[in-house]
Amino acid sequence: MTQTPVGYSTYELDFERLKKDSNKWVESLRTEAWLSFKNLGFPTARKGNEPWKYTNVKTIAETPVILGSHPVPNVSLNEISEIAPWSNDWTNIVFVNGRFMDDLSNIDGTEAQVSTLNMAFSENSKDIEEALGKTAKWKEDAFIALNTAFIQDGVYIKVPQNIKVEKPINVLFLTMPKDEPEVSYPRILIDCQANSQLTVYESYIGMTDGKYFTNSVSEITLREGSLLEHVRIMYESEESFHIGTSRVSQASSSKFNSKVFERRVGLGRFDLLTNLEGPQSSCDLNGLYFTSGQQHVDNYINIDHKEPHATSRLYYKGILDGKSRAVFGGTVYVQPGAIKTDSRQEDKNLVLSPDAEIDSKPALFIWADDVVCGHGATAGNIDQDTVFYMRSRGLDLETASRLLIFGFASEIIEKIDDGHLRDYIESLFLESLPSYKFEF
Amino acid sequence: MKTSDSKSPLLKVSELHASVEGVEILKGISLTINRGEVHAIMGPNGSGKSTLANIIAGRPEYTITKGTIDYKGNNLLDWDPETRAREGVFLAFQYPVELPGVRSWQFLKSSVDAIRLHKGEKELSVREFDKLLDSKRDFVDMDQDLVRRSVNEGFSGGEKKRNEILQLALLDPTLALLDETDSGLDIDALRIVSEGVNRVRTPDNAFLLVTHYQRILNYITPDFVHVLVEGKIARSGDSALALQLEERGYEWLREEIPT
Repeated sequence: MTQTPVGYSTYELDFERLKKDSNKWVESLRTEAWLSFKNLGFPTARKGNEPWKYTNVKTIAETPVILGSHPVPNVSLNEISEIAPWSNDWTNIVFVNGRFMDDLSNIDGTEAQVSTLNMAFSENSKDIEEALGKTAKWKEDAFIALNTAFIQDGVYIKVPQNIKVEKPINVLFLTMPKDEPEVSYPRILIDCQANSQLTVYESYIGMTDGKYFTNSVSEITLREGSLLEHVRIMYESEESFHIGTSRVSQASSSKFNSKVFERRVGLGRFDLLTNLEGPQSSCDLNGLYFTSGQQHVDNYINIDHKEPHATSRLYYKGILDGKSRAVFGGTVYVQPGAIKTDSRQEDKNLVLSPDAEIDSKPALFIWADDVVCGHGATAGNIDQDTVFYMRSRGLDLETASRLLIFGFASEIIEKIDDGHLRDYIESLFLESLPSYKFEF
Repeated sequence: MKTSDSKSPLLKVSELHASVEGVEILKGISLTINRGEVHAIMGPNGSGKSTLANIIAGRPEYTITKGTIDYKGNNLLDWDPETRAREGVFLAFQYPVELPGVRSWQFLKSSVDAIRLHKGEKELSVREFDKLLDSKRDFVDMDQDLVRRSVNEGFSGGEKKRNEILQLALLDPTLALLDETDSGLDIDALRIVSEGVNRVRTPDNAFLLVTHYQRILNYITPDFVHVLVEGKIARSGDSALALQLEERGYEWLREEIPT
């Protein structure tokens, strides 16, 4: 089941070198997680290992990477706002190569309690000890185990009961690649107390070209009646590896609205697992991925309906160009007793190149009666009739292609309420389009 | 690029032969259209009348095996579809295509701007374009709501055809080809579409109406009627010919096909 990676020894060295934490609890957590990672190993695409059927992480396992060390490269606010979502109206929290940047962040002035994991550890926060690792179970997942073994910096957001946090919290994980490939382990812990409301933007941005590995974990707990608006952006470097996980636990009547935008990565994978653990809870998961060149992006999504009267919506769209490959694995589970479940999932793909490949696998497992569930997947290309129609109106191939591709993408982009963020996403997806041209 | 004076023909099709996937559809068509004229092409299903309009607009799947098309003194067949459109050729589609997610407003403005740039004019500002669009929407009684939606997506058959005429009015072509624009329209929609066409007519432009039925010719009076049978023009005449066809059908013309 495990794969003995060539670069594995660099992780071992890193782990031994990692400064022992003054917080004993953290130290023992790391050690346990490390043992768990060693035991689990990198997943392989062996037969029967469905979650990793279409994504081979061998190249990650075989690439020696080292834990980002000081000094952390200098990044200016100007450089950040050029490439990352940024607004002075938001609460901005910035990490560079895995390290929290105090001078670029403004964690005060929000109704939420925000601290870095480091701060929380040094204060021996009991809250953190109770919450960390509760939804992101490191005993079950190698990449969560790896992240937990190196847990150091990250952000902890707690929203008190009945509080609506007005400003979005914008968490940026920026990477300035170095000559020697580095690895960072971003970690986010979000706890929305009963009837609270929060908006979080979580972005992973490669500042320049170069090879590196991002292994991120987000743990989200939504208590009764709370609402989280969540946007996740993947805009890593062309050569990067990105393995990310979000684990969400939802109590009754809570709402999780997620929008995922994946525009650039070398080999990327994002696991989004949400457990609808309380009646009347709901999740609305939207996504847009655009792959080109040799990129590979895998979205692995699980929605687990455990209680009655819960609602889930899963709607992803993909645009594939070049020799890229995308994977969509969406699975909805309806557990015994989860009556009146209302679930829909759909994945639509626009394939621009004959060399691109999409593996779309929506699945549905129902063990309850009296439910309404549906799922579907499509992959298509732009037909000649459509292009001729547009050309007959004076539009050249480039303009026609641009309008069509953007038209396809806009359905998801338009779901973003924040005008500033929407403009950013639009530019992210539009900037590469003008050079694109259909061949007929 | 040559420009033609108003006296020389706008379009001159000579001995045109065309095939699709090895099957010959047009078997020697000759047709001259001058500015200010309205021509109707009639004929039974499969006679090649839609093919002719689509070839003039530049639909790529046809192979021209013989013959020429001269437009404003240029070899039209040398031009790609967008160049033809920018030079004033417009095809109203029999089956207008839905463009999911592409806003009508954006689409129409891009088209108008592409044609303006080709003529050496500046792109329109948002305000200028809105003004132009508002003035043309009236031509076809088009709801403002429809131009905010995706092009043709979820439009009824009648709305799609009206949208074609709106585009015709906006792009203000020199040669407008209407491919069975009347088919599938109820009498009210037919009237709206026809009135739109009549308002676009000037002594400087010309129309080629492809139609199966005489009905639309009650609203748009043609100067010439050509009957296409089996890829050839079996007979040409004035609007009286259309009435004759309405009465007698197409069968009697099969014997008249020139060989």
